[in-house]
Formats: sequence, structure tokens, C-alpha cells
Amino acid sequence: MPAFDSVLDLIGNTPLVDVSALSPKASVRILAKLEGQNPGGSVKDRAAKAMIEEAEKEGRLEPGSIVLESSSGNTGIALAMICRVRGYQLTVVLPENVSPERRQMLEVWGARIIPSPGSEGSNGALRAARALAEEHPDWYFPYQYANPANPKAHYEGTGPEIWRDCPEVTHFVAGLGTAGTLMGVGRFLKERNPGIQLWAVEPPSGETVDGLRNLDDGFVPPVFTDNQGDQLLDRKMIVRSRESIEWTRRLTDVGIFAGLSAGSAVAAAVKGAAHLDEAVIVALIADGGWKYLSTGAWTADLDEVADRAGNLIYF
Amino acid sequence: MSVSVRLPTILRTHAGGLTEVSAEGGTIGEVVDDVVRQFPGTSSHLKAPDGGLHRFVNVYLDDEDVRYLKGLDTPVDAGAKISIVPAVAGGSG
Repeated sequence: MPAFDSVLDLIGNTPLVDVSALSPKASVRILAKLEGQNPGGSVKDRAAKAMIEEAEKEGRLEPGSIVLESSSGNTGIALAMICRVRGYQLTVVLPENVSPERRQMLEVWGARIIPSPGSEGSNGALRAARALAEEHPDWYFPYQYANPANPKAHYEGTGPEIWRDCPEVTHFVAGLGTAGTLMGVGRFLKERNPGIQLWAVEPPSGETVDGLRNLDDGFVPPVFTDNQGDQLLDRKMIVRSRESIEWTRRLTDVGIFAGLSAGSAVAAAVKGAAHLDEAVIVALIADGGWKYLSTGAWTADLDEVADRAGNLIYF
Repeated sequence: MSVSVRLPTILRTHAGGLTEVSAEGGTIGEVVDDVVRQFPGTSSHLKAPDGGLHRFVNVYLDDEDVRYLKGLDTPVDAGAKISIVPAVAGGSG
């Protein structure tokens, strides 16, 4: 393999690995796409790189430019790494209730952190970032929830990689946050084979976010609506924290040390597998487990961890 | 038949502070209508002017979003667990 010019060239082309040992049925294969292998440690490297490169192409960034984003962690970390390499300054609005490792990683890359109330979740961080963006029109606000470069990174990267490595795929399951992964991968795969099913997994965050004052403060990401997400998705389900943690633990049986949202995706794949005769399910493993060690997810009492995770943003 | 419906914080003030209410109905639509009948203050929060679900409301039947089942026509069995959840920004946003 020739040497790469930049660490940023290592983003994407993540491995797909068979984890059917976790499947309840021999006739249902489950494969895991290991996005934790990206240099910034998560699937978010893809969207972050695409958004920054798009802005560079449009001439919106120059050395020293300030980039602003709201993030519960992974997008912020990915942007922080890329901004560091490309010479921009990142400011992240970060909810207070993310795992401490997420904050530490942002500090590693030199990002400036503006805390937002944990009780308002990602919604509150987004609201604060929007206000800051209005105050500072010279800052570049990628706004990942609406930026077409976000799903495009998956339409051009993640989707084709899955199709290349596993054209027999019948189901794709991933966490729903900005909807970038699901919309991009889903569009690409369904264009190749309209029979492929697209499953979205959500944490129970809508139940825990008490900062929502009014339903009209509710939020559906423009990335979701712009891509007719309600027509593209075939299934959307909540996976509770206890189950997510159980399956995050089970993943270690096949040698995968992953974040908690990966446990949710695999839990959904396993639950779905029970009702399928023959299938090949690809589950997205959004990140590695490193940033969650402090939660005790692998070692502490399951009930205690599940309780704590209820107050933590882990998607 | 009777099912339990979990309400989000923002609807509780319109339902006498209750976290969970009982409602009758054979479909999700009938259950939602019964919640509105019992607690009229929830109406504008649950229903869109066209009679469908408010766009920022997700209704889950045993943790499955009913929009991807049969929507308001989704049949419910006795003892089903229904939760009403506001749509919020989530994820590694």
C-alpha cells in the first residue's frame, strides 16, 4: 500500500465484518460496518470532511476561519480534527451531559467548547448554535442537520462501500440522528436494489428531553425531510439504553469494542432477525468504545449503567 | 380495549399531570382520539389540522414508530404500550 498524503485521506473505506455469531438464526447473516476505524474515531469523519471540503470549494473558508457547529460529540470531534489539520478554528456548542471523553477529545484537537444545558439535549445545543451563527455571520456554520454534503458523503462513500463489499445485503440498520447516514446509504442502496429495507434506530431521547417547552420547538432534521425520509425508511424503532448496553457488551464476544449506539443498531438487527426467514443485515457501528469507558458500560452493574445512560447523550 | 399511553412532559400539564393514561381503541387513531376526548387540551399538540398526527409528534406502539406501520390505522391489541414522544434533534448532532 502506498503512503497516504494526509490522515484525512484515511477517512472512509471502513471494513465490513461478519458478526453472524450474534444472530438468533443461521439463515440470517449480520454484518457490522466498523466506522470506529475512521481516523477521528467515528462515522462523523465522513460528513465533517465533506462539509468542510464543500465550504472550501465555495470559497467560504480561509486559514484562521472560525467554524461553528452544535454537536453531542462525534461531529464536533471529527470537525475539530479536520479543522486542526486544515488550519481553521472550531467552536462547538456541546450539551453538558455527554460523556467526559467526548469533551476531552475536543480538547485534544484544540476546539473551543461552549456548554449548553444537558436538560435541553441536542435540541438546546442546536438552538444556541443557531443564535451564535446569527450573531457572527462571518463564522462558517456547517449546520449538519441540513447540509446536503452530510447525506452526500454517505451516498458517495458508505453506501457504495457496502454495495461493493456485500451486494447481497437485504437490510441496512443505523442510528437516526441528523439522518445523514440513513438517507445517503438508503438512497444509494435502494437505487441499486429497491427491495433493500432501511431501518432507523433511535434512543429514547424524546422522552428524556424535558427542556422542550412547546411542541413547536420540536425538530425533524431538514436532511430527513429533504430526502423524503418518511418514504425512504421502512421501519423506525426505539431501542432502550439497557438493551443498547447489553448488545454493546455482546459485541465484545466477536471482538468488537464499540460505542453504545452500535449496541442499539445490533439490538435492532437481532430483534428484526427473529422475524425474518433469510436476510443479510448490515448494521452500522458508528464509533469505538473508547469514549464511553467512563460510563462503566462493560463492567459496572447493568441496571446502574442503564440508569445513568438514560441521562446521557450517547448517539 | 384498554391500552396504556405514556405522555411526554409537555403534554402532562394538559392531562392533570399524569405520566401515563389509559385509553380505549382498536387502532392508534382511536386511541389518540380517546386521549383527546379525555384531555381536550392535548388536541392541538397531537393532531394536525388535516386530522393526521402533528408533524413534531411520534407515536410508538411497543417502541415501533407507527408512521412506518399503518399510521393511525395501525391496529392495537389489549395491553399494548403506546408512547407519545416529541420529535427532537438527536444523534451525534
